[in-house]
Amino acid sequence: MRILVLEDDPVLSDGLVSGLSLHGMIADCVATCGDAMSIFDATHYSAAILDLMLPDGSGLDVLSHIRARDDTTPVMVLTAIDAVADRIAGLDRGADDYMGKPFDLGELAARLRVMIRRAAGRASATFAWRDLTIDLSGRLVARAGVALNLSRREFALLEALIERPGRVLSRSQLEARLYGWNEEIGSNALEVHVHNLRAKIGRDAVETVRGLGYRIRKSRA
Amino acid sequence: MNSLRMRLFVTLVTATGLVWLAAIAWTYVDSRAQFESILDRRLMEAARMVDSLFTPARAGAARQAGGDGDALARVVSYDRHLSCQIWSLDGRLIGASDGSPDPVLSDQHEGFSNRVVEGQAWRVYALSDPAKGFRILVGDNLGQRRQLEHGLVESLLLTAGCVLPILAPLIWLSVGRGLRPLNRATRDLAARDADNLERVETGRMPSEIRPLVDALNRLFGKVAAAREHERTFLAYAAHELRTPLAGLKTQVQVAMQAPGAAMRDAALAQTLRAVDQSARLVEQLLTVSRLDSGGHRAAIAWIPVEERLRDLLAGMGSVPQPERVAFAPALTELEVQMDEDLFDLAMRNLMENALLMTPPEGAIIWDVALGANGSAALSITDEGPGIAEAERAMVIRRFVRGSRRAKLGSGLGLSIVTMALEHSGARLHLDGRDGGPGLKASAIFGPGLVRRASPATARL
Repeated sequence: MRILVLEDDPVLSDGLVSGLSLHGMIADCVATCGDAMSIFDATHYSAAILDLMLPDGSGLDVLSHIRARDDTTPVMVLTAIDAVADRIAGLDRGADDYMGKPFDLGELAARLRVMIRRAAGRASATFAWRDLTIDLSGRLVARAGVALNLSRREFALLEALIERPGRVLSRSQLEARLYGWNEEIGSNALEVHVHNLRAKIGRDAVETVRGLGYRIRKSRA
Repeated sequence: MNSLRMRLFVTLVTATGLVWLAAIAWTYVDSRAQFESILDRRLMEAARMVDSLFTPARAGAARQAGGDGDALARVVSYDRHLSCQIWSLDGRLIGASDGSPDPVLSDQHEGFSNRVVEGQAWRVYALSDPAKGFRILVGDNLGQRRQLEHGLVESLLLTAGCVLPILAPLIWLSVGRGLRPLNRATRDLAARDADNLERVETGRMPSEIRPLVDALNRLFGKVAAAREHERTFLAYAAHELRTPLAGLKTQVQVAMQAPGAAMRDAALAQTLRAVDQSARLVEQLLTVSRLDSGGHRAAIAWIPVEERLRDLLAGMGSVPQPERVAFAPALTELEVQMDEDLFDLAMRNLMENALLMTPPEGAIIWDVALGANGSAALSITDEGPGIAEAERAMVIRRFVRGSRRAKLGSGLGLSIVTMALEHSGARLHLDGRDGGPGLKASAIFGPGLVRRASPATARL
């Protein structure tokens, strides 16, 4: 899950990047509304966290900008102004959730997962695929009742593929889901992760579609 | 008597009463004069009438009758107010009217006189008729005259006494009616709740009340603006205080959950940074509130600028590369008059800003430009990103940062500088750097606040 964070406080945005990584999310940080808008135009994110008071405007402007393009990316507004009137204004302008500062990291991550799940049209946080059960919130994967030990990247890979079984995700799409901006990506890193994941959940679970990317077969196929 | 209605009522009733009294007094004086002349004329006429009716023969008859005044009485008793005596010229009483006093009414031979006879005041007209050989005295009882006049005044007073009680409620009611728009405005205002700062409608208000209501509306406008300012200030303050707290909390949670030492250490380092930032913010907020409350006691002195700036720079703990700061030769021997603490506060903030904004290889220079009128602009120029011209007026306001904020900026620095300088009669001016990006912040001191110390003094 790749999250865009619009926050101008360096300590907080650094904390969000490392904090969300602990919850299996990859966060990209920008500090101005202008940057946020241009990145939104170029990249797809699972969700966005917007601060309201920024040097060049309000996070709500960014929100209006992306909603005007019919972009349904779930948006969490995170701000120090948490008077009820401001919360209502934020939600009415198209935010999906609202949290006041200071917040609990675990709760923020949980709410992000809920928003992303809802946006994908699922009510439950667990997947069942063949003999695999995947618990997105607890970040647990079990095969035939036996818990598997997946690395952070492997889990992110599985999470991306399992969201819609049968859909092919390209190499660059997967890399975008797995890595933040300033992370070095080795040339065959993705192949290594796919190889390791296959070893854990079954050889034939992840299918290579030549020239296009990877997918997980629909469970009944 | 603070009620406008009561005040108007009392004024109007008193004025009406006084007008009545004046009218009565004038009527009294005027009618008294007219009475006197009319009654005097009547006395004269009565005397002449008696003279024409009374012949010496009758006088003889009267004398023979031995004071029987029937005939005389018939002749002269046309008015109880009048008394008539007829004296022979040699001093014998020939006849007198009913009720006329016994003593002689007047010893005058001709004309009017006032006399007191038997304790009563009389107005007497004497008419001598030497041809007939007697003198006629006709007297008017002055007491009765006065009664007539008093009767007139009494009836006037009675009218006034009846009219005033009728007028009073009418005045009371019409004053109340006149003040009704005021009452309406009062009710309107009293019914408002504390949050309602809308204008009071002046549409149908009388012109006397409108200035008051207009003033009130202007006040409402000011209060609303102040409240809005307060609201944004609070929102900014909440943002500035809660954001570092949120950063702290997040970093602490990261440190607690971090799987490795490297991540934990990085989070703890960030925590430390957030604490520093918060401490600095609290310091600045306290400074602002101290300056705001005016609790600062001024210690105004002539400050040797360069020496003081060097001290300040040396005293700055955690700024990056303080050796980048240079001092122009023009600063030597320059002294400005300002509160010492406020000078330190303002200049330290400016210097910190410059050091934080300027890249490591950039230069920072303190300089002074002397104006023709004896003013001086003490300036610090950095090679940071500068502040766009459109933003310069804004960044002086509290909690507003330029779009390229410093790593440690709270948005209070320039606002503190402005306040500190303005407390001492100087002001802050922001400008771009000549020949490249950067900010030139100048403290402008007016004439009289700047001097050049003589080398001797400087060395002392």
